[in-house]
Amino acid sequence: MIYDVVIIGAGVSGSAIARELSRYKAEICVLEKDEDVCCGTSKANSAIVHAGYDCKPGTMMARMNLRGNEMMEQLSKDLDFPFRRNGSLVICLDKNRLDALQKLYEQGLANGVPGLKILGRKEALEMEPNLSENTVAALYAPSAGIVCPFGLNIAMAENAKENGVDFFFHTKVEEIHADEEGIWHIRTCNGEYRTRSVVNAAGVYADRIHNMVSREKIHITARRGDYLLLDHEAGDHVSHTIFPQPTNLGKGVLVAPTIHGNLIVGPTATDIGDKESTATTQEELDEVVSNAGMSVRNLPLRKVITSFAGLRAHEDHHEFILKEIADAPAFFDCAGIESPGLTSAPAIGEYMAEMLEERFRWEKKADWKTTRKGILDPKKLSLEERSRLIRENPAYGQIICRCESVTEGEILDAIHRPLGARSLDGIKRRTRAGMGRCQAGFCSPKVMDILARELGLPLEKITKSGGKSNIVLERTKEVRE
Amino acid sequence: MMKKGIVIIGGGPAGLAAAAAARKKGVQDILILERDAELGGILNQCIHNGFGLRRFKEELTGPEYAGRFIDEIKALGIEYKLGTMVMDISKDRVVTAMNREEGILQIHAGAVILAMGCRERPRGALNIPGYRPAGIFSAGTAQRLVNIEGYMPGREVVILGSGDIGLIMARRMTLEGAKVKVVAELMPYSGGLKRNIVQCLDDFGIPLKLSHTVVDIEGKEHITAVTIAEVGPDRKPIPGTEERYTCDTLLLSVGLIPENELSRSAGVEINAVTNGPVVNESMETSIPGVFACGNVLHVHDLVDFVSEEAERAGQNAAEYVQGELGEESGRVIALKAQDGVRYTVPSTVDPSRMPDNLTVRFRVGAVYRNAAVCVYYGQDKVKSYPKRILAPGEMEQIILQKAELEAREDVKEITICIEEEGAK
Repeated sequence: MIYDVVIIGAGVSGSAIARELSRYKAEICVLEKDEDVCCGTSKANSAIVHAGYDCKPGTMMARMNLRGNEMMEQLSKDLDFPFRRNGSLVICLDKNRLDALQKLYEQGLANGVPGLKILGRKEALEMEPNLSENTVAALYAPSAGIVCPFGLNIAMAENAKENGVDFFFHTKVEEIHADEEGIWHIRTCNGEYRTRSVVNAAGVYADRIHNMVSREKIHITARRGDYLLLDHEAGDHVSHTIFPQPTNLGKGVLVAPTIHGNLIVGPTATDIGDKESTATTQEELDEVVSNAGMSVRNLPLRKVITSFAGLRAHEDHHEFILKEIADAPAFFDCAGIESPGLTSAPAIGEYMAEMLEERFRWEKKADWKTTRKGILDPKKLSLEERSRLIRENPAYGQIICRCESVTEGEILDAIHRPLGARSLDGIKRRTRAGMGRCQAGFCSPKVMDILARELGLPLEKITKSGGKSNIVLERTKEVRE
Repeated sequence: MMKKGIVIIGGGPAGLAAAAAARKKGVQDILILERDAELGGILNQCIHNGFGLRRFKEELTGPEYAGRFIDEIKALGIEYKLGTMVMDISKDRVVTAMNREEGILQIHAGAVILAMGCRERPRGALNIPGYRPAGIFSAGTAQRLVNIEGYMPGREVVILGSGDIGLIMARRMTLEGAKVKVVAELMPYSGGLKRNIVQCLDDFGIPLKLSHTVVDIEGKEHITAVTIAEVGPDRKPIPGTEERYTCDTLLLSVGLIPENELSRSAGVEINAVTNGPVVNESMETSIPGVFACGNVLHVHDLVDFVSEEAERAGQNAAEYVQGELGEESGRVIALKAQDGVRYTVPSTVDPSRMPDNLTVRFRVGAVYRNAAVCVYYGQDKVKSYPKRILAPGEMEQIILQKAELEAREDVKEITICIEEEGAK
């Protein structure tokens, strides 16, 4: 068959575009090199919905940031993922940098950021008592928020799937060319896909995909950032997202509550050559600690439960590239999606879908499903409702992950819903099982058993995150003999 | 709402011993709530022997040791619920729990005994840099996979941390045909029992590198190698001392943390050193009628002591519900841990409520040779117990006598400390 659209990449941008396009009568598929959606830059970031004062006025970044921020609230209701406007503060620690704070404020006004306000030291400390003693002033942005990055990505992908979009995993693009009729042939490790149009949403690899089809080369640097995640007990150390004043390397090391009640601290910014290098380094973990400590005091670092590194897909001009490639008709780039990429994703989906629709003029589906129901969280129910749920389905009475109180019912739902989880990390991103303070020590054997049982696989085939990430090797000698 | 005399949270060694002791004191309606599918707790996966030497004067495996208590619980007709997770304990001792069969349960308890045990510190708490691939396990998780599930995590193993579970797993993995290349320990001493170092490492020629830690983890999907390095007195890696080991498994045995989320949310005061509840001579927490014992209180190295401590908690909880625990006299003697003693359990003593001989347990913070454990009543040194060796891996104890404390009405504080030879 010939697809109308092939989207390369099932990260937050690719999934947003897939969801927006799924409203049309078009044959669409998403090719993903990893085992699941949300496996690249989308899975490891600050999980912030930015207000939009950082972007240069008139840029695509500014436009997408503002629109994405605006869309997020309704989208979180439609697609049932966690989002909250907690507001952000940019902290000025030095009288000599008050001018820069004022400029940031003015830039925000120019971008149309609502409710911006410069706070004096006293007001800022009243709002956020753990701010540094050295706080001089702060830029307050009430429209900033926090989101579950997995929740957003998975919700949009599931909704696209329910609306007829195909997803192919373990499908890495190797070569692309157009035939004389203008049909794109995409050779992958998993066979060839033919399509009338292509959307390149390949994250840190978007340059590789672009450069396969265009003479005008682009270049994307993987910019790595290390993060620390702290226990729930530290989750209320700050209530707003706390930024230092930005520099030309980015927004700096932030301290923020997460939507699930942890505290996140990071990231650093290091350009790396290897686009797979998500290893943390001691120097950068130390840097996270020292930089975060400048804007927020008494960080309870003994409560760190894990550290991780994420990549930003930094394009040389620090701008989102959202357009048809001039010398590759019907081949659309969605490239250079770094911060505020997560915030912008819904807007990028809308914008790219409109661009393709204008070109192909597809009809709208009458039965497009605008909403999607997430995995039921029994913790949000009253005790009576919860009891009733357990009577109907006893799996909701069995706790599998102690730290995050995740039941077997939620894990079964994660496996059996559209684009269901296939690995421990897939379960973790959908249910939070293994995300808590014991970091899966207790629940991983239990989740492995459930995955093996439900997928009909031997335990040796169960992976942490697809590929060669198998967890156990073989039967013990004692069992074999 | 269901009512019970005593509700015990956890059916491991502590909960079982507490239940049996409370029944023998005459409390009829006791309920044990166990989150796992079986009673016995962590002992079920500890299939090596060495349990019960003190209590039963014989060497038992973990399941055998647990089995003796489970048999006793059944013989005494004590009620228990399996697969039941306690979600909340309120200040007025309403226990909210959940299981598949009954949904949400709410039980009003005359007394509650906390016996939830502990969990392992994960890698994240150590901030080891590198990738986050498959093949990294806490030692207890690996123990469960090998001993309960019957699967080997890998064949080439590096172990970080020399806690007892890590040492036991070094031997277990070796017996299963794996090559344990090295055990690295951050501290200049092991946190495990001496007997485990001898029987699990030395006997198999597995090197123990003290003052070493993991400084890099390689492998994006599955672990392929780790680098360990020596650390200085500041516990920071010393450049130039790195050694790389190829491996497919990294086990972590870097400490145990009492599992007190329920206790905290109930408002029980927690000791910052043990991460367990602060208890008095009756093993009673800061909430009257809520008792604690076993690894939820402080991490033990021998289960025999857990059983003994849990029996005291069980007996006292029984006396509490029977109204026989005795009024607090108002005289509370604080136990102070000082100079090498990290903490004491209990933290306070009311002489009128204490038994004739009260065992006080503690751990030291470093290795001491030819030192003495000294006890001061106020400023008066009353006892000095010479010790050839004291180590953080081995729990220590002293006995306080009721008669002595009742005779010394002036004593408001008892200090327990380590004095090295020649000092003072």
